[in-house]
Amino acid sequence: MRTCVESFEAYILRALGRDHGATLLPRGLDITFCDQAFLIASGLIWNVYLAGLAIAIGFGLAVAVAVGKFSDNPLISRPAAAFIFVFRGSPLFIQFFFFYSAFVLLPRQGIEIPLGFVTLTANTSALTTAQVGGLLVLVLNTTAYSAELFYGALRTIPRGDLEAADAYGMSGLTKFRRVIFPSMLRLAWPSYTNEAIFLTHSTTLVFLSAFPARQQSGEAFYYARYFVDQTFNPFVAYPLVAAYFVLLTLFIVGLFGLMNRHLNRHLPRERRRRIRFRPQYIR
Amino acid sequence: MFAFCTDPASLPQWQWFACYLTTATHFAFYRSFLMVMLLLAITAPVALAMGLVGALAVRSRIWPVSWLGKGYVNIVRGVPDIVFFMFVPIALGQGIEWVFHHIQCPDWDQPIRQGNDFIVCREAKVPPVGAPAWVRNVYAFAMAVVAFSLVFGAFAANTLHGAMQAVPRAQIETAEAYGMTRGQAFRRIIMPQMWVYALPGLSNIWQILIKATPLLFLLGLQDAVYWARELGGQKTSLYTYPHPDWRVWYFLVLLCFYLLLTWGSERVFGRINARLSRGQATAAGERMRRAAG
Repeated sequence: MRTCVESFEAYILRALGRDHGATLLPRGLDITFCDQAFLIASGLIWNVYLAGLAIAIGFGLAVAVAVGKFSDNPLISRPAAAFIFVFRGSPLFIQFFFFYSAFVLLPRQGIEIPLGFVTLTANTSALTTAQVGGLLVLVLNTTAYSAELFYGALRTIPRGDLEAADAYGMSGLTKFRRVIFPSMLRLAWPSYTNEAIFLTHSTTLVFLSAFPARQQSGEAFYYARYFVDQTFNPFVAYPLVAAYFVLLTLFIVGLFGLMNRHLNRHLPRERRRRIRFRPQYIR
Repeated sequence: MFAFCTDPASLPQWQWFACYLTTATHFAFYRSFLMVMLLLAITAPVALAMGLVGALAVRSRIWPVSWLGKGYVNIVRGVPDIVFFMFVPIALGQGIEWVFHHIQCPDWDQPIRQGNDFIVCREAKVPPVGAPAWVRNVYAFAMAVVAFSLVFGAFAANTLHGAMQAVPRAQIETAEAYGMTRGQAFRRIIMPQMWVYALPGLSNIWQILIKATPLLFLLGLQDAVYWARELGGQKTSLYTYPHPDWRVWYFLVLLCFYLLLTWGSERVFGRINARLSRGQATAAGERMRRAAG
């Protein structure tokens, strides 16, 4: 049996791969409570990585898609609406499978993209890993969901704000940067917080679907499932992973709450928008 | 299926596909779509009923009941649902076996948990030892239904509770003025009117429920995802119908199936919403009244 310190050293970074800690995962009767606690905690590295990057990249894309859907030009608004419909109307779980099986079909040596003066070689083999391919699917998914939220916010921007911007002689990009974008963000922020929470929770699906966990380095729920398979006892690993996710959720709520305060700082206290925690995890 | 399917290797393109798409395994694939529909058809009413019970419990004036209701709603909603889908079937299965074990083998002297094994006596096994495959499948399916109903019941309870609160206070006061009891007012005033307030939330939950059905695969059932992986994988020339890796096409079919399902139900909910808004004291009801008058 390992002591707690030993299993901390062996497993706290194990999710990064075989070279970081013990080569093999604990098996069968050798599993201690500390093993479960630390190995599942190390899996959180990937949850944070996937969720953090997907939200950061998806945010920019979502603003673009939302503005696109709001556009008067049907050549722009139709494709944006179709993109949102496809990714919101189908299960994320199926999207993972679909994109993974599409990525494996790409040629392994990479695709050469001629740009005239240089030839870029797109690294396609990376797309079959969860860290790149899975992240890409998550980005597309969160882009669609957040774009719908931002689109709804764009529609509810007070008319007075827009008229005031016009009265100041603002137009085009200045009006967007100074008036439309901040108002949209402020209106959408409470639901965007929930979106960030759902996305963090759906990172648990990455390794459960098609993407393989190379060298047994997976995210927290992958390890929880591993332990339940090994010990046939669901009453330790699953509550542990649930507790970690509750902590992660509280962290996100805190972080986004600070931003919410910043966005609402100019408003009288009773008109400020509150963040209500309304979790609905599946997508 | 067809008479010309005896030697697929020598068939022209379209006949080959006609034969390929009508093999026995493909019919299992098509049936798995029916399983998804069946799961939806069973889970939705059960979850709605659980939601109603949960919402009533939250409203209850007896504190242990309301405490229980609030606990149920908040615990299920506060924990990632995937954890619940994986946890409930195993935990419930072990729970059932544990109870049967204590009823049927009272003089068993060994502990049930021995190291990493969960050991109950032979009579307490559920489904029974040597049960046919379909019994095992039905049992696994029933477990899935329980897990789905528990999670979605909590979602529905929250929505229904909100809807009950949203019925205008004045209407309930009027009912009280007519001398109705709390129960009567609930049955005659709140119950018929709350649905219009609950519908947006319920339609949202329904969409989420649809999108959660592929998770059946994780419970080890042979659902559409399972068959798409089986059938789509590369088949060497040892098979009757050899083909390269076609998984991407099978998953495309699944994707379209779900898109169709969510799109269709969105339209149905739109219709129901219009129907329920008739004569209601809401903006939509007001607009309908103006249009009619």
